[in-house]
Amino acid sequence: MDNLPRPAEAGRGRRLSLVWLGTLPFFAYAFLFLFLPAGQVLVGAFKDVDGGFTLENLRTLFDEPYRTGFKNSIEISLVTALVGGLLGFLIAYSAIREGTPRFIRSALITFAAVAANFGGIPLAFAFVATLGTIGVLTQFMANLGWNPYDHGFTLFGKTGIELAYLYFQFPLMVIVISPAIDGLRREWREAAASLGASSYQFWRHVGVPILMPSLLAAVILLFGNSFAAYATAYGLTAGFVNLVPVQIGFYLSGDVLDDPHLGQALAVGMFVVLAVMMLLYIPLQRRASRWAR
Amino acid sequence: MEDYQEQEYEFLRRLEEDKIDRGKLLKRGLAAGAGLSIFSLSDVALATRQRVLQEPPLLGRSVSVAELIAEAKKEGRLNVIALPRNWANYGEVLDTFTRKYKIPITSDNPDGSSAQENQAVRSLKGDPRAPDVLDVGPSFAIDGANEGLYAKHFTRNFKKVPRVMKDGRGFWVADYYGAISFGVNTAVVSNVPRSFQDLLKPEYKNKVALNGSPLTSGSAVAGVFAAALANGGSLNDIGPGIDFFAKLKDVGNFIPIAANPQTIASGQTAITFDWDYLNLAYVKEFPSARIRVIAPSDGLYAAYYCQAINATAPHPWAARLWQEFLYSDQGQLLWIKGYSHTALYDDLAKRKAIPKALLNTLPKYSKAPKFASRAQLTAARAKIATDWPKRVGS
Repeated sequence: MDNLPRPAEAGRGRRLSLVWLGTLPFFAYAFLFLFLPAGQVLVGAFKDVDGGFTLENLRTLFDEPYRTGFKNSIEISLVTALVGGLLGFLIAYSAIREGTPRFIRSALITFAAVAANFGGIPLAFAFVATLGTIGVLTQFMANLGWNPYDHGFTLFGKTGIELAYLYFQFPLMVIVISPAIDGLRREWREAAASLGASSYQFWRHVGVPILMPSLLAAVILLFGNSFAAYATAYGLTAGFVNLVPVQIGFYLSGDVLDDPHLGQALAVGMFVVLAVMMLLYIPLQRRASRWAR
Repeated sequence: MEDYQEQEYEFLRRLEEDKIDRGKLLKRGLAAGAGLSIFSLSDVALATRQRVLQEPPLLGRSVSVAELIAEAKKEGRLNVIALPRNWANYGEVLDTFTRKYKIPITSDNPDGSSAQENQAVRSLKGDPRAPDVLDVGPSFAIDGANEGLYAKHFTRNFKKVPRVMKDGRGFWVADYYGAISFGVNTAVVSNVPRSFQDLLKPEYKNKVALNGSPLTSGSAVAGVFAAALANGGSLNDIGPGIDFFAKLKDVGNFIPIAANPQTIASGQTAITFDWDYLNLAYVKEFPSARIRVIAPSDGLYAAYYCQAINATAPHPWAARLWQEFLYSDQGQLLWIKGYSHTALYDDLAKRKAIPKALLNTLPKYSKAPKFASRAQLTAARAKIATDWPKRVGS
């Protein structure tokens, strides 16, 4: 505080703006609940049970079952981010484009806001009640003579988790992509049409390039959203499908395993995966938004 | 506390510490040699432990129950943790305690695990919300006692608890036990399985569930242990139990969802491995599921839980009153009403203190169920941690 200009001086020279003080609660919050815990996890990952320094925890991440855990987590996140992203975009576009009645849009946005926040154990049980072995839909299909469980389907595996995740992934996509679609002016489409562009040409040269930065950002968001999800997967499969967040849970809260440092190492592994995603995202984003400069 | 009792406990304590010390010294020596000190405790824990050992809050002077009640009433509250109301009749136990002593109970995190209970003692030290009393698995009780988390207390009936089911120093005492059973929803399954071999039949496709992952849940580990006993394994070798579940998964009978009361009632988990006292409670709770509880003829594995008092309990008197209540005939009978065998079961049975009708509701074992020691449990967990995700997970 010593080198701050004194009030009298400040009054004479450039006034020190105090507007930034408004952001203080945010930074205090981010420090306490994001950077501090993340730092602790980072430090803890390099400790052994005794508190000494070790690289063993991080090395263990490449052994089974953690390798499978990362593979499954990344695979499920990619699948649900891409499928959910595409689905969400198409749905949002058809609801927003001109010609669609206004009420459909508000109904969709309302539904999406609710569904995107529906997760965890309740979502898992909603799926069990619908698509479990004795779920309503399963029974209905069985009565029609086609029981999905007789044809290799199971809710209690990777497919089931992906299906359940999609339930909150595509609504989230609808929410985050709608403003971008709104930004696609009707005039551009008309201008393209009056210059003789086909619908394909419009999308190829105008629509997709304009939307690309938003689409990329949204897909990254969806990836992170499903990468960190825990309760739904645990509720559906009790950890039988190896996923990193579930494995971390085993170490932090279980009755059986007790090695918080390995849990922290797993969390650091997750940081790394997300960091790699961000590193891939930045050049892609730059490339996608080149037209804007 | 009577003098002769005092002497006996002191003797037991010495014996116990003697035993522990020899083993521990050896381990510490080894650990020091390897440049580790896994087995030595942190300074804080040691200090706490010494304090607990030096001045056990209520030991060394006799406390009448009347005094206990008066002091507990002054405290005016009891904090419990990880006690589901439908577990071993805890709902009625809690209500009866409050009604009898007019002491309200705060029940925190009812579905918590033993690890979370010990963690709550550590992290809520000095906080008025900290749990006063705990109900934890035996290995957690041993760890907690060694870490200095618990206070010593000898209930009036401590002597009558079988030797293997208590800590000689008074840090914990076993409370109730049961064996692993199949809870069968006969509204969904008409042909009731009797043994582990039966579970492999094709008619049970997608029907057999554990109540959690054995990587987190102690009772799921017990399920794997029971399967091991039935398939050529032993308390020292849980491998055949893991093999059994791998086979169950391969034939498509194993359904990897954590069973809970809802899935059991609906039949989503039509055959559920769980403690017999829990499955028996579901019989009454969900009459339309027509649940039958089967003690598998080929694998009887049992385990008890343990009562302990938080060394830094915010309501130390109420905590001790709670334990006195649990180990009174009234408390014991309430647990028995929850279909569990209690620590004082033999004593009660000998005195014919259990009403015939109540006795008939308890599960019957064709032979004595087996209990794993702490070392056996530790070995089994290590085996599960490495083999289970590979063999049964995906």
